[in-house]
Amino acid sequence: MTRPAPVVTDDSAVFWDAAARGRLVAQRCADCGRLRHPPRPMCPECHSLAVEVAELSGRGTVYSYEILHHPQNPAFEYPVLAVLVDLDEGIRLVSNLTDCAKDDVRIGMPVEVHFVPAGPDGATIPVFRPAGQRS
Amino acid sequence: MTRGATAVVGIGATEFSRQAGRTELQLACESITAALADCGLAAADVNGLVSYTVDPVDETELVRSVGFPEINWSSRVPYGGGGSMGVLSHAAGAIESGIADVVVAYRAIRARSGATRFGGAKTAPSPTSGHAGTTAMQWCMPYGVLTPASWMGLNSVRYMHEYGVTSEDIGRAVVQVREYAEVNPAAWGYQRPMSLEDHQNSRWIVEPCIHLYDCCQETDGSVALVITSAERARDLPQPPAYIGAAAAAGLFEQEIASDHYRPDLSIMDGSVALAAQLFEGCGYARDDIDVAMIYDAFSPILLMQLEALGFCGFGEAKDFIADGNLALDGALPTNTNGGLIGEGYIHGLNLVSEAVRQLRGTAVNQVTDASTILCTASRTGAILTTDT
Repeated sequence: MTRPAPVVTDDSAVFWDAAARGRLVAQRCADCGRLRHPPRPMCPECHSLAVEVAELSGRGTVYSYEILHHPQNPAFEYPVLAVLVDLDEGIRLVSNLTDCAKDDVRIGMPVEVHFVPAGPDGATIPVFRPAGQRS
Repeated sequence: MTRGATAVVGIGATEFSRQAGRTELQLACESITAALADCGLAAADVNGLVSYTVDPVDETELVRSVGFPEINWSSRVPYGGGGSMGVLSHAAGAIESGIADVVVAYRAIRARSGATRFGGAKTAPSPTSGHAGTTAMQWCMPYGVLTPASWMGLNSVRYMHEYGVTSEDIGRAVVQVREYAEVNPAAWGYQRPMSLEDHQNSRWIVEPCIHLYDCCQETDGSVALVITSAERARDLPQPPAYIGAAAAAGLFEQEIASDHYRPDLSIMDGSVALAAQLFEGCGYARDDIDVAMIYDAFSPILLMQLEALGFCGFGEAKDFIADGNLALDGALPTNTNGGLIGEGYIHGLNLVSEAVRQLRGTAVNQVTDASTILCTASRTGAILTTDT
């Protein structure tokens, strides 16, 4: 069973629609250039409504992690290795770490993005693995 | 707000259980009528209602069930359980301004037997979570981060990493609140002793920060409070628990439980801001506090709040606790009903009932001459006192 598809709203679609095509993006204010995530309609810095979509490098470091044992949902394989990734561009994402034994995850470890299927319709979402590792 | 201008005059509750066998609406009706009986007021005396978000009870249903003839003011504090203590600042503000005279604050919950268990692995926000801060959960759920423990776990692991805190350090706080619960007949933990070894041997929920015994109880039940002016309080049967201070602090990028976007997650900086409002803002010192009631949905946030509120330095809660400061004879007896971990999880509001009991001198684990009690839930808080 594949993991559930993300809940896509009018405000969040910019991120998930790009992810479904294998791209990692964030909103960037078209006036002041500030990146923001999760998406929102207004720049919290300058109140501009003008927004562009910024491609992100997909490189970052593990800010925090956790190993989820219980309760379990049949859509996931346990234990689940969840991470907060601080991307090089200054955006923080909740995600999963793959290709890494649970006892090997470390705060500060460099990671890079890849994409895995989510939901029944062939969409993908970004997850991370240790940098420089190909599976 | 004016110090001591308002007071909690009545408290009521249902039993706390894992299977209430009746609806949240009914549970709310029962605790509210119990709270009114406690202070000798009638439904007709009430003209204000205050709750906080993630509430399964609809106000209109409540009004027609309890039979409130006329409600002139009502509100809901944002941030779910983190807003639980905000009912006191909302009520105090409404009463002081003259918009309301007698306000009922309430929470009814079936965290265990409801349609979805509160700690269950849901893949979409529940119907009662709605918006008001829970929108960030959608960014967690595709990654299996489905539960309150998993949302807070990410912050807790960063905290442990930053300050070298171990699961045993956290377990010592749990041992303390469970000792309180062990003698509290209303508590889930009544006559259920738990050692540090038991804590360490309980299964992982979220490794390496949350064992089973670090989690609050998923509880069915309800708590209600009646709040009115100090002037009116003096004519009522119970000793008033005056609201000495009440405040809230919601910061940019904060979410409810899935609160992952502040720069430094190793500190609860919403509680730092709250403490500035409550202490410096309202003229209290940490030393004034006789008892602390702190929202312990999961034990790591008990340590983090002790630090953020300024009772010890950052990273020092583990030593503060190991030194026995949370005990009855310690510097800061904390969660003397057993907390949300040991007594039960009425979404935070049962911590206020305990504060009122401490001031009345009727707590099971009574602190001698307790006159000033701090109640906090992450970003909302109040100081209740016998002094005006």
